[in-house]
Amino acid sequence: MTNIELIANDPGWLIGLKAVIVFAICVVSTLLAVWTERRVLAKMQLRTGPNRVGKFGLLQSLADGVKLALKEDIIPTAADKVIFIVAPIIATSMCFMAFAVIPMTGEVNLFGQMTALQLTDLPVGVLYILAVTAIGVYGIVLAGWSSGSTYPLLGGLRASAQVISYEIAMGLSLVAVFIYAGSMSTWEIVDSQHQNIWNAVVLFPSFVIFVISMVGETNRAPFDLAEAEGELVGGFHTEYSSLKFALFFLAEYVNIVAVSALATTLFLGGYHAPPGLGFTEGWLGGWFTLFWFFIKVIGFFFIFIWLRGTLPRLRYDQFMKFGWKVLIPASIFWILTVATLRILQQEGASQTALFSFAAGVVIIVMAISSLADRSRQRLRAPKPEGEAPDFPIPKLPEVQSINVTGGK
Amino acid sequence: MSDFIEKKSSGQADINSVPFVEVEQPGPAPLGRQAKGFWVTFSSMFKKNLTVQYPDVKAPTAPRFHGRHQLNRHPDGLEKCIGCELCAWACPADAIYVEGGDNTEGNQISPGERHGAVYQINYLRCIFCGLCVEACPTRALTMTNEYELADDKREKLIFEKEDLLAPLRQGMLAPPHPMYPGMTDTNYYNGDVKEAHPSQGETK
Repeated sequence: MTNIELIANDPGWLIGLKAVIVFAICVVSTLLAVWTERRVLAKMQLRTGPNRVGKFGLLQSLADGVKLALKEDIIPTAADKVIFIVAPIIATSMCFMAFAVIPMTGEVNLFGQMTALQLTDLPVGVLYILAVTAIGVYGIVLAGWSSGSTYPLLGGLRASAQVISYEIAMGLSLVAVFIYAGSMSTWEIVDSQHQNIWNAVVLFPSFVIFVISMVGETNRAPFDLAEAEGELVGGFHTEYSSLKFALFFLAEYVNIVAVSALATTLFLGGYHAPPGLGFTEGWLGGWFTLFWFFIKVIGFFFIFIWLRGTLPRLRYDQFMKFGWKVLIPASIFWILTVATLRILQQEGASQTALFSFAAGVVIIVMAISSLADRSRQRLRAPKPEGEAPDFPIPKLPEVQSINVTGGK
Repeated sequence: MSDFIEKKSSGQADINSVPFVEVEQPGPAPLGRQAKGFWVTFSSMFKKNLTVQYPDVKAPTAPRFHGRHQLNRHPDGLEKCIGCELCAWACPADAIYVEGGDNTEGNQISPGERHGAVYQINYLRCIFCGLCVEACPTRALTMTNEYELADDKREKLIFEKEDLLAPLRQGMLAPPHPMYPGMTDTNYYNGDVKEAHPSQGETK
């Protein structure tokens, strides 16, 4: 039975229970994610990380949460009060909603009812996730705007520009997945990968573009321009304190887990075991698929940490250039190629035609890249020495030198 | 002042007469070298980390670490401080306050005529530069390796003489007591006194 049919048969109490389970998974995974990030990042920097509260410091994030909740909640006088309060609520609630359509297990037995750990399955599930995460950005933008302060405003502006740019690349990278799976439903995409091969293999360029843009989408290092500590104090959450700040914190990590889960679902075969380990899926009455799902999510989360530990923050113009001039054209080109190949396949073209088309594409790409290299070299060629620059240099004001040694 | 500043004559070179040479910009590094950074962070995860688990494990300081001060004693227990205030004068942070007092027949606290009656170091001001130690003519003031000086009240961080005095060790007697029989303060400074004489304790 498919997940879609299983979910359709859920009684009301089970839907409620699963909603609570999904919520709990998000919150608990945030607590663990904060701890994991701090510990792993510390290891990468030859430190220990939090190890005081609880065994191995596992309760550190819980203690931090309690501390934040007990702190004074300040609303600046210049702030737009209503929006200031609503912004973190929008940011947080939207991340949780994204998790509703993620299939986390196959067929399992939950209190005597055969079901799947997936709250709902929409025919346009992936589009729904994109829409919901896009609304989540409103939280950040409104937070920056309503704070009535300069740095948060700049952070909010950056966040909106950033997410708009990278969401285009992200959406385009998903188009290839839709073409291949023939559906936008999360479960059907997982199922099509189960029957063929992981999308990460067949659609490798899409996978790379998605992974890059999901880092941009979640405002994480090296794309954390919206809260760049060194430049904007705290960015959009500079004026936030206490529980409202905690909500943004929660939103960030739930968002990371959500996009990791989305990447798992779309590219790494979702809750299914890796190829060759399919026999494990029956263990624990199907619950073992939850293990495979979270192994993949944790893998993505590790990549997030690794990136943060390794790369410095990008400059804003480089970041925008990369999004608009590299990722978007590349993914458009890739979609065209995939779509043509797919149609050729469906129209029953011969293998020779397919291969010659693919070879043609490769030759065109190589020709373009070598041409680009040539023009770049010409631009970089050094000017003849002593020649005046072709841009104006402003004259300095009368330079006065101070004679240090002269006394009288 | 205006004599020191001379105007540059117009014939001299300015920035516009310097020939323009474009500095060659290095292009992007090859992908392999760019990926090297990822290996650095990944391999660091399996190295031994450098953190000292401080309150549980205390790493010894350098032997000459500048920590809390100490007011030393002569081997018979008399204080070395003579209340000269040179340390207070040397202090760049104005952290030391000293009041001298006279040694009398029944109240001999240090050898010679004078002793430090009030001695305070304000650890909210002290910068641990050690100039006071250099200034001290009798080696009364030295520094220990103790660095745990945090506290919750400002008053607690003004250390009095009792807090700073070195503890009485084997063979020492708590002052006030008379000087070693037959010894002058010069003998004391030269280190001729090795321990307390039994008579010093009796006449208290």
